[in-house]
Amino acid sequence: MIAQNFDYTAPASLAEALSLLASGEAKPLAGGMSLIPMMKLRLAAPDQVVDLGRIPELNYIRHDGGRVRIGATATHHQVATSTTVRSQCPLLAATAAQIGDVQVRNMGTIGGSVAHADPAADYPAALLALGAEVTVANAGGSRTLSIEDFLVDTFTTALEPGEIITEISVPAGGGSGCHYQKMLQPASGFAIVGIAVQVTASGGVIASARVGVTGLTGKAFRAHGVEAALVGKSAAGIAEAVAGIADGVDANSDIHASAGYRCQMARVHAGRAVAAALAKA
Amino acid sequence: MKITVTLNGKTRTSDVEPRLLLIHYLREEAGLTGPHIGCETSLCGACTVEVDGKAVKSCAMFAVQADGRNVLTIEGLAANGTLHPVQEAFWNEHALQCGFCTPGMIMASKQLLERNPNPTEDEIRHGIDGNLCRCTGYQHIVNAVKAAASKMGA
Amino acid sequence: MATTTITKTEPLVGKRIRRREDPRLITGAATYVDDIKLPGMYHAAILRSPHGAARIAALDISRAAAHPGVVAVFTGKDITGVGPVPCGASLPGLRVPVHTILAQDRVYFVGHPVAVVVASDRYIARDGVDLIDVEWDVLPAVSDPEKAIAGDAPAVHPEWPDNIAFHHHQENGNVDDAFAQAEVVVKQRITSQRLIPTAMETRGVVADFQTGDKALTLYSSTQVPHLLRTLIALMLGLPENKTRVVAPEMGGGFGSKLNVYAEEALMGFVAMKIGKPVKWIESRRENYLTTIHGRGHVDYFEIAAKRDGTILGMKLKLIQDIGAYHQLLTPAIPTLSVLMMPGLYKFQNIRAHVVGAFTNCVPTDAYRGAGRPEATHGIERMVDMLAAEIGMDPVEIRLKNFVANEQFPFSTATGLVYDSGNYAAPLMKALDLVDYQGLRAQQKKAREEGRLMGIGISTYGEICAFGPSPATPAGGWESATVKIDPTGKVTVMTGACPHGQGEETTFAQITADELGIPLDDIHVIRGDTAIVQYGIGTFGSRGTAVGGAALYFALQEVKAKLKRYGAMLLESDDVSYQGGQCVCNKTGRTVSLAEMSGASYRAMKLPPNTSPGMQVTNFWEPPNFTFPFGAHIAVTEIDRETGAVQVKRYFAVDDIGNIINPLIVDGQLHGGVAQGLGQALYEQAVYDENAQLVTGELMDYAVPKATMVPWIESDHTVTPSPVNPLGVKGVGEAGTIGCSPAMVNSVVDALRPLGVKHVDMPMTSEKIWRILNSAQA
Repeated sequence: MIAQNFDYTAPASLAEALSLLASGEAKPLAGGMSLIPMMKLRLAAPDQVVDLGRIPELNYIRHDGGRVRIGATATHHQVATSTTVRSQCPLLAATAAQIGDVQVRNMGTIGGSVAHADPAADYPAALLALGAEVTVANAGGSRTLSIEDFLVDTFTTALEPGEIITEISVPAGGGSGCHYQKMLQPASGFAIVGIAVQVTASGGVIASARVGVTGLTGKAFRAHGVEAALVGKSAAGIAEAVAGIADGVDANSDIHASAGYRCQMARVHAGRAVAAALAKA
Repeated sequence: MKITVTLNGKTRTSDVEPRLLLIHYLREEAGLTGPHIGCETSLCGACTVEVDGKAVKSCAMFAVQADGRNVLTIEGLAANGTLHPVQEAFWNEHALQCGFCTPGMIMASKQLLERNPNPTEDEIRHGIDGNLCRCTGYQHIVNAVKAAASKMGA
Repeated sequence: MATTTITKTEPLVGKRIRRREDPRLITGAATYVDDIKLPGMYHAAILRSPHGAARIAALDISRAAAHPGVVAVFTGKDITGVGPVPCGASLPGLRVPVHTILAQDRVYFVGHPVAVVVASDRYIARDGVDLIDVEWDVLPAVSDPEKAIAGDAPAVHPEWPDNIAFHHHQENGNVDDAFAQAEVVVKQRITSQRLIPTAMETRGVVADFQTGDKALTLYSSTQVPHLLRTLIALMLGLPENKTRVVAPEMGGGFGSKLNVYAEEALMGFVAMKIGKPVKWIESRRENYLTTIHGRGHVDYFEIAAKRDGTILGMKLKLIQDIGAYHQLLTPAIPTLSVLMMPGLYKFQNIRAHVVGAFTNCVPTDAYRGAGRPEATHGIERMVDMLAAEIGMDPVEIRLKNFVANEQFPFSTATGLVYDSGNYAAPLMKALDLVDYQGLRAQQKKAREEGRLMGIGISTYGEICAFGPSPATPAGGWESATVKIDPTGKVTVMTGACPHGQGEETTFAQITADELGIPLDDIHVIRGDTAIVQYGIGTFGSRGTAVGGAALYFALQEVKAKLKRYGAMLLESDDVSYQGGQCVCNKTGRTVSLAEMSGASYRAMKLPPNTSPGMQVTNFWEPPNFTFPFGAHIAVTEIDRETGAVQVKRYFAVDDIGNIINPLIVDGQLHGGVAQGLGQALYEQAVYDENAQLVTGELMDYAVPKATMVPWIESDHTVTPSPVNPLGVKGVGEAGTIGCSPAMVNSVVDALRPLGVKHVDMPMTSEKIWRILNSAQA
């Protein structure tokens, strides 16, 4: 329950942070909701920690250029309660509101969560469904990737040593036809499966759909096949359209949910998520 | 390294190791043993305190992260000698038995009521789901939060 | 001496009074063991086995010992004179492995303590643990109790290759005849899974050895400070009178702190070695790995009956997962299951055979209910299964087999004497509250709509107020001292060691009523062997039923003595004590409590045959256990798609005898139900095939959160116990015991249209989903 010792710096600017991280040796600390428990259990033992929590230029939420731009250290609580997020991409607000518990939402950050790439984290499902972009930077400059390219594998992202997430953005005008449906692992509160859905519809018929899935496999993914199958469906056709959501996946399995159960729960909750999204569209 | 924290309204400067957890800083350095430690995975919530007005689990934060910030612990809640309405309600409604989770539970309930002054039973249960209690079955805690809400709204 | 009118004050017993212990707890002012800071105190951290079974091929502490800030490192070879960890229970033929306080050449379960590092702060001590080099020779391990005794499993203890810790047999009546006459026999394997008690405060010890006096003070989060003192003195070779145990404020126990642990002796040993105070606080992971677990049963039940529902007899083969060692009461716990086997029913033919199975797991021992939840779960499931088999309503079969009101005191098939009861009363009240017929109609409609709705009833009985001394390993009496100061203030010292149950309030209520004084004049003290007379402790729902009774008798004695002083001061033989004063029945003159008490200390004059001072200690031996009972009803609905069990309504009608403080009783009941519900739906300690604890943290072991516990509607019937003068029975474990069978009966009832007869706990969504799948296939 006690971390190994480390050197700590808390830069006040992004430039300073990137220069401290440049060597690739230091570990960036955002909200600490994943990193600190791992350090306490000595599953992580960085020699240097660079705290991003005191860099004002990383903490913002703004609507600009047709996108909602969220600084990496915006907390889940900020995202869940931001009027900008709630009006422009309500799916993201709804997802943020279901992460962990109130204390975790007060400290945990969107950048930290996405960079950690926990296969049971909530955000990736919504970010995939929303077509998010991740801007990362190092001392040499910055680049922007799609969330799909950013998430590489379980606990693995496209971040190079010395790079951190600076911003996550999603298209504005996400619309109200959305829902995040999560089946909780009862002990940890993480997602056994989490399904994020954004649809547009007209006259009760789905015109477009985007579906992000977390918890089911080693990394969150977009269910392209299901999205295509949903187009043109009304409520009655949802179950059939989402039936293929787990086809061919290498599903996670643990004491809380076997692979077979996870797959079936992905189908069930995808159906419920789409139905709820359609009802709000 | 040197940190300065405003603890329950009083400024305190200490020299700490970066790895010192905020909960250990509060308990060992500052002698504030109200917040407790019930796990190391940030699930039980017994260590909940407020940092700059936000309820956090002080076992999942290093003391150095609190440098320059305002920290409020259970000890600071009735500093003027009058119990906070949430404390009073926990007492009246028998919302505690062994009392170990109580300081964290009260801090989480306080945060809940600040953000949602008139919560439903369901909202109360969600508002405290970062805090485990093994004694009460939560029912009297729900009653206490409701009672505090009506007192604070009155 | 004033002449005043005596005003009759309203009794406090029976009132919903808010607790007197709470002000310190809600302000963060209470002192739990980790809050104790002694001058010059060191901190200890423990290296533990990462393997279920292994030989220690090499152990090198040199790097740890050389680490700056580390003052000492001790291993098994340093502590050979200390211990062993005691087993207080005895059974014929019981095999008791020597349980040293640190491993010697071999480890027997994950978490087995191997070495202790002592350092100037807890961070350095923890660092030191990582600097101990161990070479492990990993051995095969076994974690499943049935596999352990199947004949081909690795031996947990090489000296007993069959892994059998004991056999225990109990039989009454003529079981073979009963089964021969039976028109119907129902058989079922029922498990009660291993549970982790999870007191929110982990264990912790501060040991302080006063080198000048050669006296040890041990602060420990324990439910049994006096028993711990006796046993720790024996383990450490200290005179008991130079050993003091203090149980400070405690963050829950639930049986897990009704024990004597290796670490308690180890810290005493360390403090004596280094001559400085030392603190050890268990981490949650250590708590899950090394503090006792509960339950761990595999039960094979058979019930014999007539077609009209008359139960004729019951057989049980019980396999108890012991773990690697016996802790204080480990082997005794399943024998309590056997005692409770007949439940509330009058049949007299039983046969039970218990096999204790060693496994490479942490020992099992008393956890809330301790043996009775397993038994109640068994009988209440079997009665429901029998009812289903013969097409009888679960209410009707219970009413038919209950011990009748006129049969009390009732001698059970297992040799108990049930004190008092009216078993139909809480059931009928519960049925009325839930509108049972209306619910059944709703269920019929739900089934027509294809919904899976269940109504589950459990009518539980349990054993409380442990207990008569001959039935308890270390004495079943309790003690109380009432001390009145010269100024008339009253101190109550209870030998029970309440730790959240509220006796600082309820004992003050009893005292206030008996002495006719305000609550504020009473102070209740517990938990310090240097202050409080020898006592047994708080467990087995005994605090009020035994400790409260001891207090009651002490109060009668002190009142009698006050009256003698009153008579002397009033110069009258005709006096009575009431309302905090003595009154002369002829003149109406009064003397106050303070005047009488003051006179007893000044002792200028003494009443005939009366000593000075106003202090009475009573040790009370209960003549019997008490037997609370009740009816719990759970209404559930199952999500056909996910298997999730939703509790729609939960009712509890309990008969716990007289009630001292209904507010506190409600709290005990709610908490008990939440723990029973945890077992029914969520909790399970899972060991894998290598005896690794997979649920080693709160991340994986699902202690119910606020969102996972339903609203509990509750009520009472009151059948006073004749066993003690308060008429109380005990409430600490009732909720837990009543809950799990109500839940399983409800879920099975919901699944009955699919042909389901039984579901084992925990009834996780996936488990139910699998049942739905196979039933629909």
